[in-house]
Amino acid sequence: MRLLRMKQTSRIISTYSADTFGVCSALFELGGMTVMHDASGCNSTYTTHDEPRWYDMDSMVYISGLSEMEAVLGDDEKLIGDIIAAARELHPRFIAVAGTPIPTMTGFDFAAVAEVIQRRTGIPAFGFPTTGMNTYVTGVSMALDALARRIPAEGLSKPPCPSVNILGLTPLDFSVNGSDASIARFLENAGFQVLSRWAMGSSLEEMTQAGAAHVNLVVSTAGLAAAKTLKARFGTPYVVGVPMGTAFAGLLADALHTAASTGEDQIPHSCLPGGDTVILGEGVYGCSLASALEAETGIPVRVICTTEWEASLLRQKDLHLNWETELEEALKTAKTVIADPLFRPICPKEARWIDLPTEAFSGRIYRSRIPDLTANFEAFKKEVM
Amino acid sequence: MLKPVCAPKPQAGIPIGKAAYPNPFASGLEYAAPARGTWNIVHTGMLIPEAHEIFVCAASCLRGVVLTAAEMNALDRFSTVEIRENNLLDGDLEDLLIEGVTDILQRLPQKPPVVLIYTSCVHHFAGCDLEMMYRVLKQRFPDIDFADCYMNPIMRKSGLTPDQLMRSRLYLPLRPRPVDPDSVAILGNDLPTRPDSDLMELLEKNGKKVHEITGCKTYEEYQRMAESASYITYYPAAAAGGELLSQRLGGKHLYVPFSFAYEEIEESFRTLAEFLGVPAPDFAGKRESCDAALRETAALLADTPIAIDYTFCPRPLGLARLLLDAGMQVRRVYLDGISGEEESDFRYLQRAYPDLELLPTVHPAMRFCAAKEPTNYLAIGQKAAYFTNTNHFVNVVEGGGMLGYEAVTQTLAWIREAFRQEQDMRNLIQLKGMGCGCCV
Repeated sequence: MRLLRMKQTSRIISTYSADTFGVCSALFELGGMTVMHDASGCNSTYTTHDEPRWYDMDSMVYISGLSEMEAVLGDDEKLIGDIIAAARELHPRFIAVAGTPIPTMTGFDFAAVAEVIQRRTGIPAFGFPTTGMNTYVTGVSMALDALARRIPAEGLSKPPCPSVNILGLTPLDFSVNGSDASIARFLENAGFQVLSRWAMGSSLEEMTQAGAAHVNLVVSTAGLAAAKTLKARFGTPYVVGVPMGTAFAGLLADALHTAASTGEDQIPHSCLPGGDTVILGEGVYGCSLASALEAETGIPVRVICTTEWEASLLRQKDLHLNWETELEEALKTAKTVIADPLFRPICPKEARWIDLPTEAFSGRIYRSRIPDLTANFEAFKKEVM
Repeated sequence: MLKPVCAPKPQAGIPIGKAAYPNPFASGLEYAAPARGTWNIVHTGMLIPEAHEIFVCAASCLRGVVLTAAEMNALDRFSTVEIRENNLLDGDLEDLLIEGVTDILQRLPQKPPVVLIYTSCVHHFAGCDLEMMYRVLKQRFPDIDFADCYMNPIMRKSGLTPDQLMRSRLYLPLRPRPVDPDSVAILGNDLPTRPDSDLMELLEKNGKKVHEITGCKTYEEYQRMAESASYITYYPAAAAGGELLSQRLGGKHLYVPFSFAYEEIEESFRTLAEFLGVPAPDFAGKRESCDAALRETAALLADTPIAIDYTFCPRPLGLARLLLDAGMQVRRVYLDGISGEEESDFRYLQRAYPDLELLPTVHPAMRFCAAKEPTNYLAIGQKAAYFTNTNHFVNVVEGGGMLGYEAVTQTLAWIREAFRQEQDMRNLIQLKGMGCGCCV
């Protein structure tokens, strides 16, 4: 028997939303048809736990209903035919096919299938080789980046006033509690015209104007790949951070203006040394909250990023951990823990606990308690103090 | 404010007179309506008292089951081993399962008496040696009973469906014990058999001791099910499990089909009585009671349109036939296929009510077929309630534990109640596993 590097177990904590669902979430509002190439279960999982817009918004998200024989025989034509039949009836703006574990095992060629579909239907198509084995961050990132690669470069005119796109905005990180509108309001108050929000609250047409922006605001790790692509294609610099609290939001506004005028990317997260207050969660959100708390309370805060991460975004003292046993060990010295309630069973009993639910980890369970920290940071800060 | 992004108006329904048997709708991409009341394999597995569930899958597959457990407030009985891409490349899926399950069991505050391990499509496709894995685990944990369970929906068209498989695995940990000839086990139901059902009435009247997993509070109490000499199933997906248990433990098994047809009910119960070696039940007055209830319900509903869906019970077409023959206005039946048990009802409805509309629930066009504004439909079942957008609905799944003539009278009582009383459809139908105590 071989020695495993990690046991990859969770005795009691939840599982993050997967990359497949991240694709669906990112594309949800854009009028396309997203198909998860899966046997069964993914659609119900996504629409029950990861998609708060499902009941109120008619978006076309489906599964392919992959069967054993289709997988074994490599019958891709069944999937292609089913998608084309549905597209002829429902007229989506675009078509996206996302992967799950079995297509990963059979080596399904998502790019080739997307090309076939596009040729046969004349509808733009995307293939996303998600595996179902990464977190939603990878899926959202793939989807937004693919859009960033496809939006037209022609016919753009830069607005006279400073303008911005918001990148990496999905309910998985920001729920449907008004956070998206609060971030947009912050930008408008800082003197920016918001051209598009990727991808809550904007149409596909608005997103195609993104190349005209002076700067991009990356509000989650999932927005970073699109930001880099937009920089490569249009020269647009990006700033990383979620506006929270007067001090950090002020820094972020300054960073946006600096980036817009210099073309230099900015990551204005601050970092006090040490800290036994710990935030668990997505990296950009966690670092922004930590920076905001440090700036206004003087309490040093560490972030343990529990989703995919890019090293350049980590502050020096922060950690990136995946597995329950690693997290449990790292939390042993924490005096205060700020995290989704489903992490609570692995936190030291003596540590002070502060709820910070997120759809990406606990789904709909605590939806009514997910705070809009851009609009309501003061109340949260008091709780931490 | 969320707004629809597009609104095509596709047609998905078909008059039953023109529908094909057993698949009235072409298969293709599948949609998931936001009606969640039916049980899944997590809910069902939790019926074994003191059992601990361990799912060994990729994150996308774990996500739904872990949150099912979380919404049941049962994460202390639920763990996961997460498969990553490196495990596929390294070919160490078997090691991962063995070491992962071992790690979890060593870290649990108390060893459970029984562990349900759910393997997935990935194990099947990789050709994992399940027997070897369970053998090693049994050597490591001799005091724990292990049950091999499956979350492999890719196999749903090959052999037993995941639903049938799960209901059969529920009884795998039962160990042989001395048989009590007067003990009867009712198998494979998620919901308890109603005490006033014809089945319970018959068993009690004849002094039978009844075991049903839904009533077991401890693992020892669950194990006492094995003393049963007779096994009864009446939910279609449970029948295969009854047969498997009969082969393994030696008790005799009878499948008693759920039905709304008087002749079939009486025939089934005569067979059941013979099977149990008890006198045939006295049906005197039962038909008359049902007929009276039908008349009362028809008069109350008058011209109210009715929609039925397959999640309410295993015989949606049988129910449509019963209500239509009594003069009620059944307009729609939502189902994705027609079971063999319903062929005669399907043929009858084709002849007698050819305009009755059949609608699918998973066809892609159904995404746009839910009524945008409330309607005056009375719906029987959660999906019918969703698609017709009505708060007047019977909020029951999987037959609700009914059987016999009582299924007729109880269904009619629920229909009258639904007609008189509105419910919060939007919130009620989105709760998973009706009867499991969803915390959302």
